[in-house]
Amino acid sequence: MSAIIVLILLGILVAGGFLIAFVWAVRNGQFDDDYSPSVRMLFENKKPKEEETIEAENPDPKQ
Amino acid sequence: MELQKFTYDNRLSSLFLKATILWGLVGMLVGLTIAIELIWPTMTNGISWLSFGRLRPLHTNAVIFAFVGNGIFTAIYYSTPRLLKTPMYSELLGRIHFWGWQLIIVAAAITLPLGITVSKEYAELEWPIDVAIAIVWVIFGINLIMTTVKRRVKHIYVAIWFYIATFVTVAVLHIVNSINLPVSFFKSYPVYAGVQDALVQWWYGHNAVAFFLTTPYLGLMYYFIPKAANRPIYSYKLSIIHFWALIFIYIWAGPHHLLYSALPDWTQALGVVFSIMLIAPSWGGMINGLLTLRGAWDKVREDPVLKMFVVGVTAYGMATFEGPMLSLKSVNAISHFTDWTIAHVHIGALGWNGMLTFGMIYWLLPRLYKTKLFSVKLANAHFWLATTGMLFFAIPLYFAGFTQSLMWKEFTEEGFLKYPNFIETVTQILPMYWIRVLGGTLYITGVILMIYNAAKTIKQGSFIPEEQDEAPALEIRKPNPDKGHRRLEGKPVLFTVLALVAILIGGLVEFIPMFMIKSNVPTIVSVQPYTPLELEGRDIYIREGCYTCHSQMIRPFRSEVERYGDYTKAGETVYDRPFQFGSKRTGPDLAREGVKTSRNYKPDAWHYNHFMSPQKMVAESIMPPYPWIIQNDLNTSTTTGKIRAMMKLGVPYPDGFDTKALEHLQKQANQIAQGLRDGGIDVEDQKEVIALIAYIQRLGTDIHRESNEPIFSEN
Repeated sequence: MSAIIVLILLGILVAGGFLIAFVWAVRNGQFDDDYSPSVRMLFENKKPKEEETIEAENPDPKQ
Repeated sequence: MELQKFTYDNRLSSLFLKATILWGLVGMLVGLTIAIELIWPTMTNGISWLSFGRLRPLHTNAVIFAFVGNGIFTAIYYSTPRLLKTPMYSELLGRIHFWGWQLIIVAAAITLPLGITVSKEYAELEWPIDVAIAIVWVIFGINLIMTTVKRRVKHIYVAIWFYIATFVTVAVLHIVNSINLPVSFFKSYPVYAGVQDALVQWWYGHNAVAFFLTTPYLGLMYYFIPKAANRPIYSYKLSIIHFWALIFIYIWAGPHHLLYSALPDWTQALGVVFSIMLIAPSWGGMINGLLTLRGAWDKVREDPVLKMFVVGVTAYGMATFEGPMLSLKSVNAISHFTDWTIAHVHIGALGWNGMLTFGMIYWLLPRLYKTKLFSVKLANAHFWLATTGMLFFAIPLYFAGFTQSLMWKEFTEEGFLKYPNFIETVTQILPMYWIRVLGGTLYITGVILMIYNAAKTIKQGSFIPEEQDEAPALEIRKPNPDKGHRRLEGKPVLFTVLALVAILIGGLVEFIPMFMIKSNVPTIVSVQPYTPLELEGRDIYIREGCYTCHSQMIRPFRSEVERYGDYTKAGETVYDRPFQFGSKRTGPDLAREGVKTSRNYKPDAWHYNHFMSPQKMVAESIMPPYPWIIQNDLNTSTTTGKIRAMMKLGVPYPDGFDTKALEHLQKQANQIAQGLRDGGIDVEDQKEVIALIAYIQRLGTDIHRESNEPIFSEN
């Protein structure tokens, strides 16, 4: 019977640790750039230079 | 910063793409064959390797691991290098992966029809093939992870996360569920027994759906939908959130496959709760996919690729809403064991996986072969055939499911079962099975159009084996100035470990207690190990895939207890390796088939004649005949080894029983055969049918045994 308590506690511990890591990640600005990666992947290899300037010339896809 | 030149290799994605098409056609044709067998059971009369029970695992394995599997690899080998601005880590590993995977598929296509199977759904392949899968999968994983390590962009796009989660989780699932003790090269027994085996299996089975059919295809969606629509994903933020939520929640939901079974109640409740929670991340993905097309619906009207993606993602939304609903105990009470489940999974398979695969193929072909698609018209025709095919497949089966389940549960005013004959509930839904065949035919016709279209496109184009690109090297900065999730994204190995931890938690908490606490599987004194003959019979039952149509799990409902006998207890299954609960009742439940006082009881002679020709005993039966079981001699060369393996796994046979096993087997076989001969049936002791009858007549009888004396006396 003690095994189950140990295991559940262990599970909660790991799950909790994971949760803390996640919350920490959110609080530390994981969404700082939650936009440009989605646009960058659209550019084909024919224009590799554009990738460096993408942030500056960011075309608004919403138009 | 210096620009580095490198190339993307198109050869592997092209190979995987062709394999996807080929195995897709094969898997679907096998599916059509078994759909026809259900309405024409004597179609393949006497050909063992074409019988329903052997082909059904081939169908599921082919469409999941061969069709969708190769589809996943097509997407990964095409999109990963482009997203990470680097070639795949190793071309050699890629080639080993491709040919190894195809070899495994061929091995499956040979062994499954021969009846070489473990009988755990979607994990039927025997241990040597399981080992090969593990090796090839790890080779694929190394290639994927190392490509991520060697990338030239800091940020790892969301699709890659889904790919990594797929690799890690499938590796864990496959390995844990396949821990078997080999008896011979073609036969092994799981280390888990009964209810525990069921829990491990459905933890695997559910997550095979989650991490083989869902997460890699979400990755595929996040690459190919934006590409095809030429618009960024609707919300990148949402993609991050629903990714984490999805992988964390999915792993706990497996027990919803075992509701009302002999599984402990708390485990069932856990499965239900997490299944309901799954709606949120699943719909996060669906909404993100569909809303990517906002303002681009004019393109959807024209482009068959986008049309397929839209229907595919919509089907995903439907299936992931339906799934949690089916996990509610009250709904599951009706849906489980019926064709409702079959309809549900085909919305996922034909809609989500099929449509996304087809869309990807139509998008990739012109790009890999530097040409235009041969015929957009044909692709549009394929779209409509696939869409209507899916509907003609699923809708009749929903009706079949409701109808049959309600008939099973219907009582007369006097309190008797209204349809006590199982066969009445079968003939009622046969028209629906016909329409299902029509739906499948439409769907396959679409695939044939695609093959023609693809062949023509390939012929008119010229293959581009490599594409040039250039990008600056990834600057390694220390200390890492990025914070939070961005920092996490920069550390693929750390990310992998975290994902592993996330999924392991689910496994740990859920099934390790099952091993630890004896009280989870109440032992029943009168439940005893199978005799050697019964064990051999059980292995024939497994070989023939009886579990694909017959459950061995009576749920605690009045309608089931009335029809089949006392509900199944966990303690009755402790010697079942593997468990045989089944997931579909195309025929009646067999958990108490051997109980002599039951109104279902049939004598040995009935079973003998029924295996020879089910239609002779029940005119409208849709069970195929099994003449080869009547004709074949039982192979007893491994009996001693089987008993020894069971003893190793803790089955309490008396000391030294393995050496006496054959003698015991022959004695029992003689008894049964003599009984049949006395009844005028000309049968020899050593036929397979004798063993199978011995097993069938043992089913469910242990709790009815009057004395608790061991059935294996030392003398």
